[in-house]
Amino acid sequence: MNQGPRDKQMAIDEVVAELRDGMTIGIGGWGPRRKPMALVRAIVRSDLKDLTVVSWGGADVGLLARAAKIRKLVFAFVSLDSVPLEPNFQRARQEGSIPEVVELDEGMFQTGLYAAAQRLPFLPMRAGLGSDVLVNQPWISTVTSPYPDADGAYEELTAVPALNLDVALVHLNRADKHGNATYLGPDPYFDDLFAMAAERTFVSCEQIVDTAGLTVDTPVQRLLLNRMMVSGVVETPNGAHFTTCSPDYERDERFQRAYAKAAGGSDEDWAAFSARFLEGDEAAYQAAVAAFGEEQA
Amino acid sequence: MSSRADVCAAAIADAFADDGEIFASPMGLLPMLGVRLAKLTSNPDLVISDGESLFLAGVPPLFAKADVVEGWIPFRKVFDVVAYGKRHVMMGATQVDRHGNQNISAIGDWARPKRQLLGSRGAPGNTVNNRTSYWVPKHSPRVFVEQVDIVSGVGPQRAKAAGPGAARYNDIHRIVSNLAVFDVRGADDTVRLLSVHPGVTVDDVVAATGFELEVPAEVPTTREPSLEEQILIKEVLDPKSLRFKEVPEPEASTGAQGAQGAPS
Repeated sequence: MNQGPRDKQMAIDEVVAELRDGMTIGIGGWGPRRKPMALVRAIVRSDLKDLTVVSWGGADVGLLARAAKIRKLVFAFVSLDSVPLEPNFQRARQEGSIPEVVELDEGMFQTGLYAAAQRLPFLPMRAGLGSDVLVNQPWISTVTSPYPDADGAYEELTAVPALNLDVALVHLNRADKHGNATYLGPDPYFDDLFAMAAERTFVSCEQIVDTAGLTVDTPVQRLLLNRMMVSGVVETPNGAHFTTCSPDYERDERFQRAYAKAAGGSDEDWAAFSARFLEGDEAAYQAAVAAFGEEQA
Repeated sequence: MSSRADVCAAAIADAFADDGEIFASPMGLLPMLGVRLAKLTSNPDLVISDGESLFLAGVPPLFAKADVVEGWIPFRKVFDVVAYGKRHVMMGATQVDRHGNQNISAIGDWARPKRQLLGSRGAPGNTVNNRTSYWVPKHSPRVFVEQVDIVSGVGPQRAKAAGPGAARYNDIHRIVSNLAVFDVRGADDTVRLLSVHPGVTVDDVVAATGFELEVPAEVPTTREPSLEEQILIKEVLDPKSLRFKEVPEPEASTGAQGAQGAPS
């Protein structure tokens, strides 16, 4: 009797329980867009430490840096867009509190994920050549093309190393319980690539629907993740807050400003923000956010 | 006399005038204004986006919602176009040096910066793949430095030193500031003054530049925007006058309107 593919629904804390100290964790989305913030918040609350974080960064990196969870950060930028410089990240860099930092060009970052997704040790590209990316990361080598160009020269290119991930965390709009998932917003970002670069991928989503529901009012091309790439699915409504999750919701700019102000303020400012929003579980966070929204209205 | 902001917008538009049918990627407000002005005047073939994920068929005002969409350009496809080469990006620059290297990564020592900025973003890849220009709204010796602290965007000399893989498509086209326009075709691939904006002297520019600038014997004045361009800027593209927040009218301007702030 065909039982169908397995049910991969999990709770937030069950996802975090799958993580270990020292793991390399890729975080999907882009800057302040569609970040798996509910999962990030749960890591902030956990005892996990010494993580290698791989992210086109926004507040995910800021929160994890402030919570001293990051031993090594692989990034190309960290920004909140409407607040260009992420204050927690900025502070961590200026205090030297992230022990190891790898700064890549943002296209190299994609190429590194492609290499990992294709189980290659590296892929060649031009980005990095001539820049301080290769000076500050002297372990990133170049590779000489075996093929001559039209002038008979053999081009030397950056050998972008594979960004192999232990775990990828991504947030999408809809998923089924098996791990098929759609994005409904303007941009897939690179969540499929993160998933294929990782040993295991956990998807949080706004809503879990049945499989037929994924394409009932949505073009099939929006099915970004296939269940073979996914180990676990968590329903976390408003789980990307305060980043965008179009069309379910846009960025919470007021909340982001409050976050940035606390992050860039005194230790007391941050302690107060943290006590109000970050120390309880996800339900407590969402309740505190709702109360904040009413106050500001 | 035109406002300084409008002169800058026209100078930025001119940087895109001869690009043909390529993706114009402006970072920041004045570059966005300049690119849209170019599309409405000198180069209607330019491909422009909403800065997020859509190619726009029309030319909406700054920050307006798209009217007609002509394509899809999510971030992953931006990287494709960078490598494909049909793109001209105008980026900001926290520092730019005598050799046209740019820094948006951090100030001070990279290992422990005095001031962490954005990170190098796409600058290393942009500068070895597609045409790249820079916009500097506040020209000063702190921006125009002898040597950038961290090389994000690669200037021509460093690209050549890195070999043909880096130099083949390196094309640092223009640096436009609130004072003047430059390229990087001075001796030994150094920054060269092309024109000074109306009301600015060559000495002003030299004094505001922290490295030895190549100054030709004759330095023309940056052209004033035409009446048509001024109307397009004021009535169509930036009716909310956001451009004056980035480029306020200089107080010591020699023009009659100089001290009165932005012309209305």
